[in-house]
Amino acid sequence: MKAFLMYRERDFDLKRALPWNAQALTQDLALDTLFDAMALGDKFLREVVRVAVLSGVDDDLGVVLYRQDVLRDCLGNATIIRDLYALAVEAIEGEKKAYFYSYFSKHPDAILNRAIEVLQVFVGMLKRLRTIADRHASEFASEGFRAFFTMLDRELSDAYFTVVQDHLKELKFRGGALISAELGQGLKGASYALRKPKARKQHWLRQAFASRPPVYSFTIADRDESGARALSDLRDQGINVVANALAQSADHILSFFTLLRTELAFYIGCLNLHGQLVAQGEPVCFPLPAAPAERRHVFAGLYDVCLFLTLGQKVVGSALAAEDVDLAVITGANQGGKSTFLRSIGLAQLMMQCGMFVPAESFCANMCDALFTHYRREEDVTMTSGKLDEELGRMSEIVDHMTPNALLLFNESFAATNEREGSEIARQIVSALVAKRIKVFFVTHLYTLARGLYDRGLVNAVFLVAERRTDGERTFRIIEGEPSQTSYGDDVYDRIFGNAEPSDSR
Amino acid sequence: MMFHSILFARAEDRTAQEISEAPAFFVDLNLDQVVAAITIGKQEYNLKPFYYAPLHNADAIQYRHEVMRDLEDRTLFESITAFGAKMRAMREHLAQVDKLYYRYQKESWFLDAVEIYCDAVSCLAADLGRGDLKSRGFLAFRATVADYVASDHFTALVAETEELRADLAAVRYCFLIKGNTVKVRRYESERDYSVDVERTFERFKQGAVKDYTVRLLTGPDMNHVEAQVLDLVARLHTDLFAHLDDYCARSHGYLDETIGTFDREVQFYVAYLEYVASFRRAGLKFSYPRIADESKEVYDYEGYDLALARKLILENSPIVCNDFHLRDRERIIVVSGPNQGGKTTFARTFGQLHYLASLGCPVPGREAQLYLCDRLLTHFEQAEDLQNLRGKLEDDLVRIHDILDQATPCSVVIMNEILTSTTLQDAISLGKKVMGKIIDLDLLCVCVTFLDELAAMSEKTVSMVSTVAPDDPTVRTFKILRRPPDGLSYALSIAEKHRLTFHQLAERLDS
Repeated sequence: MKAFLMYRERDFDLKRALPWNAQALTQDLALDTLFDAMALGDKFLREVVRVAVLSGVDDDLGVVLYRQDVLRDCLGNATIIRDLYALAVEAIEGEKKAYFYSYFSKHPDAILNRAIEVLQVFVGMLKRLRTIADRHASEFASEGFRAFFTMLDRELSDAYFTVVQDHLKELKFRGGALISAELGQGLKGASYALRKPKARKQHWLRQAFASRPPVYSFTIADRDESGARALSDLRDQGINVVANALAQSADHILSFFTLLRTELAFYIGCLNLHGQLVAQGEPVCFPLPAAPAERRHVFAGLYDVCLFLTLGQKVVGSALAAEDVDLAVITGANQGGKSTFLRSIGLAQLMMQCGMFVPAESFCANMCDALFTHYRREEDVTMTSGKLDEELGRMSEIVDHMTPNALLLFNESFAATNEREGSEIARQIVSALVAKRIKVFFVTHLYTLARGLYDRGLVNAVFLVAERRTDGERTFRIIEGEPSQTSYGDDVYDRIFGNAEPSDSR
Repeated sequence: MMFHSILFARAEDRTAQEISEAPAFFVDLNLDQVVAAITIGKQEYNLKPFYYAPLHNADAIQYRHEVMRDLEDRTLFESITAFGAKMRAMREHLAQVDKLYYRYQKESWFLDAVEIYCDAVSCLAADLGRGDLKSRGFLAFRATVADYVASDHFTALVAETEELRADLAAVRYCFLIKGNTVKVRRYESERDYSVDVERTFERFKQGAVKDYTVRLLTGPDMNHVEAQVLDLVARLHTDLFAHLDDYCARSHGYLDETIGTFDREVQFYVAYLEYVASFRRAGLKFSYPRIADESKEVYDYEGYDLALARKLILENSPIVCNDFHLRDRERIIVVSGPNQGGKTTFARTFGQLHYLASLGCPVPGREAQLYLCDRLLTHFEQAEDLQNLRGKLEDDLVRIHDILDQATPCSVVIMNEILTSTTLQDAISLGKKVMGKIIDLDLLCVCVTFLDELAAMSEKTVSMVSTVAPDDPTVRTFKILRRPPDGLSYALSIAEKHRLTFHQLAERLDS
């Protein structure tokens, strides 16, 4: 029995290997803010959404569409989804409560009894699950949920529950435990196995005339404590295998509930985030993923969901229509929203690829098979070769992991040296990447770099600037435009030093 | 040829009593470490006495060389080690018989022991029959074993043992535990319940889960409940268990004495060859030395100290091999040169080679001829002993005197750093006197000394020197080469390296 709510034919593996740069992505894209908003303080939810969001680059377009459908069902049936989740949690908690000590037991007897107890709890839960399925299955439209409810209907029939109950009763051995054995080394008993006694329903006449096989017996004296212990050891030998089988069965059912909980947790996280965005009137939409080989970034009203979550108020969205574009270079005003823009690109990509909605009015982009961020690690420029060395080291590491349809976000990279050298290094790197059709978004102050790329008149490049009105006021909107010579540092200076007159440093 | 022993061609080659004490020179030559390493893990065979008893004629040595060469064949070696392993298992089973309490259990372990023995001997006979054997020892032993295996006594033992084992293995029974009562009866093909359980819950199977099977290790003995069950099983199979009783009563002396002795003695070779293999894996060579009992021409090429080499192999360090060759009237190797350069190691190697050759073993080196001496005598520096009131010099001389007293023209003497505790003048004069005696006795000798004067005393002495790397005099090569003593040149070359020779220093002080 499988939940299959994340993949059509595969379990969602919470222990899967995350991309090697998961740590860098988390830091550069402020993913913790996103995870916190989805988890709402629940550690388990947080871990599930973390793995789901970060591992999305490894999944294909089919998975995205599959999850989008499931998520639409969840948004439409939020209460039932939360009930299902609560049921899975209750089953798992119930298992933990059951006679905790015997988990570590050295006695098959104790293991068997615990397994019986746990299975009783699980049977109750499975029956409730079945009831929910019976009542609500028709309200779900997605392939994922329909398969799930069909599976419950098939596997958890009333007849099946009866068989299980019979086993649980019989394994209490009210009629004694029948054990078979062979003579092992030194004639000690070996190959012990628990046997199902044969039902003796022979005709009375046959029974009377059949020669009964010899049976010998002995009884342990009531006071013989060591004898009683030896007898229970012998019984342990006999039920060892069946106790293992039953305990493993209980574990399997536990892992079913755990899996169900895990896969539902992702959608619960989505519901949580959705609620917060919708409550503030921020737009969300299901993105339109394009095939990895395409180059497309077409969106409207795309905003940085993490900035929104931090500020708790509406933030400015940007639009772009980039078809067959491999390179986007973003220059312009300091604090004009370049970094925010870059982050919203990365966040939208990750959210799309794990099957979530995205924070935009509309969004269409090609899937990428890897997402890299190359950010300057500190704000100050120390102009030391050690720093450039470190940056280039990280760049080299990224190149080691490069894939054909990767998306690479540069933020103020290679500025740790003088402009000319930095520009030249960056130019060579970017040119090589773009020649391989690696999609690059490059936020930079390096005018020489931006200008040089602009003057080449590349058809597959787009140049963006942070919008600045003539009065110097920033709109935080990113628009298409020619690279500008300064970053309007004077503006910032003026604002801070209170010089009202707008400077024109162009 | 009548088989006597795999170790001795003739009864008279064997010492009357096994020697339990190591010879006096063992510690000096590090042979104690060598023999400990050879026999480690084989304590049960008590092999050391064989390693403490050198042989005294060339044919006895030849006899062992033949056996050892046969055993260098991988197939035969594996047959013999397999045989040894089975015999060991057999002994462990017999030991278990003594430890157990219940009769049927004892009998069962005894039956197993005999079964293992029969298998061991049968396999050995078959393996030997197939083998391309050349040694007198193995050829004679093969004939003996073949006769034994074909004997009525042995074939009957095998047949009866197999029959009993098969009958016991076929027994299956059931018991029902209810309350304090156990009912025992024959097994009647009841279904395995755990299979039912697994099938019922199969649909939930996810991935791998924990194994809850408890390891119920109860040891080989039984408690009284198990014993009672077994007694009832015996009642279900009366004839079978009566047969077992009878078999055990009849089969006590099943172990053949020749087989038992062979099992122990062949381990002398097995142990040595396993030891040799560890060196060969490191690229070091062993060879079967020619044994000289007339001529005193001795040589060994690419030899090494076994105890040191073993240590270096474990540390993954390189091992330096050395050569020597004494021709014609040459008898004495005088070793001088820088300290820590391998001089003592060289002297030990010379001693080890001669001793191991006298055991009939292959020795370190590519090619060797060694002298069959009547005794091996060593003089290594000892810590001052406060118990005897003699001074160090006096003590040195007393010990040297004792050695020369025992020595005959057929002896080999190893002297390491004699006469270090007196003035140079004294040492030279005394050293020359001692050396004169050695020369007169015509002894084969290695003498490690700082006294260059001893190196060229006579046509019998050969000077060998520990050497350093030509470009860096602080680096030892551990090569001992045949050349005149270096005198002061070593110390001077180090000074030169530090630019502290007279001219260098003068120049530096000028500038």
